[in-house]
Amino acid sequence: MNKLLTVSLSPHVHGKDSTSRLMTGVVIALLPAWAVSVYYFGWAALYLPVLSVVFCMFFEFVIQKYMLKRASSLKDGSAIVTGLLLAFTLPSSLPVWILAIGALVAIGVGKMSFGGLGTNPFNPALVGRVFLFISFPVQLTSWPVPKGFHTSLTDAVTGATPLGLLKEGMRSGEQVSTLLKNVPDHMQMFLGYMGGSMGEVAAAALLLGFLYLLWKKIITWHIPVTILTTVFLFSGLLWLINPANNADPVFHLLTGGVMLGSIFMATDYVTSPMTPKGMIIYATGIGLLTVIIRRWGAYPEGVQFAILIMNAFVPLINMYVKPKRFGEVKKNG
Amino acid sequence: MQKYQLKTFPKGGVHPAENKLSAGSPIKILPLPERVVIPVVQHLGAPAEPVVQKGDTVVAGQLLAQSKGFVSANIHASVSGKVFRIEERFDASGYKRLAFVIDRHDDTWDPAIDRSDTLHEHITASREEIIRKIQEAGIVGMGGATFPTHIKLNVPKGKKADILIINGVECEPFLTADHRLMLEKSKELMVGIRILMKALGVDRAVIGIEQNKPDAIDLLSSLAEKSSGITVQALKVKYPQGGEKQLIKAITGREVPSGALPVDVGAVVHNVGTTLAAYEAVQKNKPLVERIVTVTGKSLQEPSNFLVRIGTPVAEVIEAAGGLPEDTGKVVLGGPMMGKAVSKLDIPVTKGTSGILILPDSEAHRKPVQPCIRCAKCVSVCPMGLEPYLLMSLGQHQLWDKARRERALDCIECGSCSFICPADRPLLDYIRLDKMRIGALIRKEKKAVS
Repeated sequence: MNKLLTVSLSPHVHGKDSTSRLMTGVVIALLPAWAVSVYYFGWAALYLPVLSVVFCMFFEFVIQKYMLKRASSLKDGSAIVTGLLLAFTLPSSLPVWILAIGALVAIGVGKMSFGGLGTNPFNPALVGRVFLFISFPVQLTSWPVPKGFHTSLTDAVTGATPLGLLKEGMRSGEQVSTLLKNVPDHMQMFLGYMGGSMGEVAAAALLLGFLYLLWKKIITWHIPVTILTTVFLFSGLLWLINPANNADPVFHLLTGGVMLGSIFMATDYVTSPMTPKGMIIYATGIGLLTVIIRRWGAYPEGVQFAILIMNAFVPLINMYVKPKRFGEVKKNG
Repeated sequence: MQKYQLKTFPKGGVHPAENKLSAGSPIKILPLPERVVIPVVQHLGAPAEPVVQKGDTVVAGQLLAQSKGFVSANIHASVSGKVFRIEERFDASGYKRLAFVIDRHDDTWDPAIDRSDTLHEHITASREEIIRKIQEAGIVGMGGATFPTHIKLNVPKGKKADILIINGVECEPFLTADHRLMLEKSKELMVGIRILMKALGVDRAVIGIEQNKPDAIDLLSSLAEKSSGITVQALKVKYPQGGEKQLIKAITGREVPSGALPVDVGAVVHNVGTTLAAYEAVQKNKPLVERIVTVTGKSLQEPSNFLVRIGTPVAEVIEAAGGLPEDTGKVVLGGPMMGKAVSKLDIPVTKGTSGILILPDSEAHRKPVQPCIRCAKCVSVCPMGLEPYLLMSLGQHQLWDKARRERALDCIECGSCSFICPADRPLLDYIRLDKMRIGALIRKEKKAVS
């Protein structure tokens, strides 16, 4: 026999998972929410996310090729996920040039400046979104009212999101219970019939995506379930104490970015903890901060800030929260 | 189908494709090789010392090398013939080891050895005799670890074993040697278990078998009913359940503390192959000179199980299964998760060779390493509760002290982390490096103290 045999260390077989396979799974899980968004907000909700993905991939390519001068990593699919998630947090009436800036900040500042996939401390899509939110507050908070597929961008009517209504109303001293009469009921909100970001409105579709992610073992239940539970319990507690000044917990779960944030943003592999225990600590923090910002902060919505703040604690959590070691020897004293 | 109450270990583990291609293939006796190569070290521990010389004529079963020191094992001739040479030869690990090269004449055996198929159920040997006979027969752990068996039977003073666990898990994909053994040597196996129970002074033995071998579970359960103290425990299919610590946890719920031995929690584990060898040594005076080897692979003509004499070149076993396939890219001794890839096929089958796996070229290469996306899958599959991503990173940065504090030495090298990693990162390679360097640190510390 004169053929050379390959020699390497064990294991000699590998599982089916790959980075691009996982990213593809996330994209598939986002499809139902995207479909609902197109249904309510029209063509803009179809092409803006596509453009966002194109921008993100373009910037990643350019930065890697001409600035970092290293091999392209577009194949791993993470830029696609970032692009979709960024678009999903934006209103469907957003001008394309603002979207492009958001993509540049998300990829350039949020991801590549830290070294690319795997080394960024903050969720790139949220970095882009928060940058836009602070730089273009007017465009970022004019929310088209859901009409249906026949509406075009020009004749779309804009209005406030339920959370925006609540915040404004409370500032002018109105009662929460009267304010809530002007927002869609829970069932409508569950199905996404309300003003809001493109991918955030339909809780039902996002939960469908969550089930898919769980089924494909792409994420575990820990982060989304903990965030949703924390938001529900904390806002529920406030509501029980004073129903006149606080919205009910179901309202908090169905509005704003809680669903999208807890299922797709907070679970971003790179920026979330490595152990189940760590994930629960991190997710509890996100849930608490979200309600605190919504209730007492300057902005109507707090999920984006809550996730970014807790992102910053992830290295600390990873350092101190260790998995239960097999055969842990208990120290005396 | 009968319903079993299934157990398993709670933390971690993976499910590689089982690929038990040769499960239905009965054990065949491999034609005797013309020449065997028998290394003096086929076990964990010190090499045995040769007691025959070049040119000597030996018979099968004759002692070739005497164990040296406590952790060592005797080496016997597996064929009768003339010692052609005693020289350094490559073994599966890629190192050169002193080995006896014997040219076979015929098949004459040491007359003291009973080679008949008669079942000797009655155990007359005392506890001490059993251990002595097992030691003399050169028996080592045949699941692959090759730790000398007599040491595990000598329960240290102050400790007490209360349960013997027989490892029939065979959680490695592809391998079926233990499965066939349980089916075809079941009666001998049961006697072997009683022998080990007597040696350990325990009155309880549990045979752990994964659910994917229902015929073995049924057969051994029916035999176990007639033997007091022996039961069969069906287990969920999950790799690495055949790992000693995982198996003890699965069956007894006890956790072997970090750095301690199974006997510290009252359990001793022996593989079914080892148990059969113990039967043959004690009841039939037969030293460990042959073993069951699975030879398998998707492109191989006839995936089979052979009874192979120790020292037979791997190439001859492959030849008997239809020859090396055209598309071969890698040959692994052992299973795909923990086996060793070999560069040449003239290396011999040794006491720890449970299988020969032939992988096609398309599956022989690793994929390019991608950046860690911190998906935490390695953490969730690690059966020892370690953080492989961290241990790899510490290894890359040569932070051995830190890796030691993060318990790198607890790693059992099962490979689940590298198997699951979506970025194809060589996690286990770096953990092995950690362990090696930590070992060097510890030796240095000991030297400094003494």
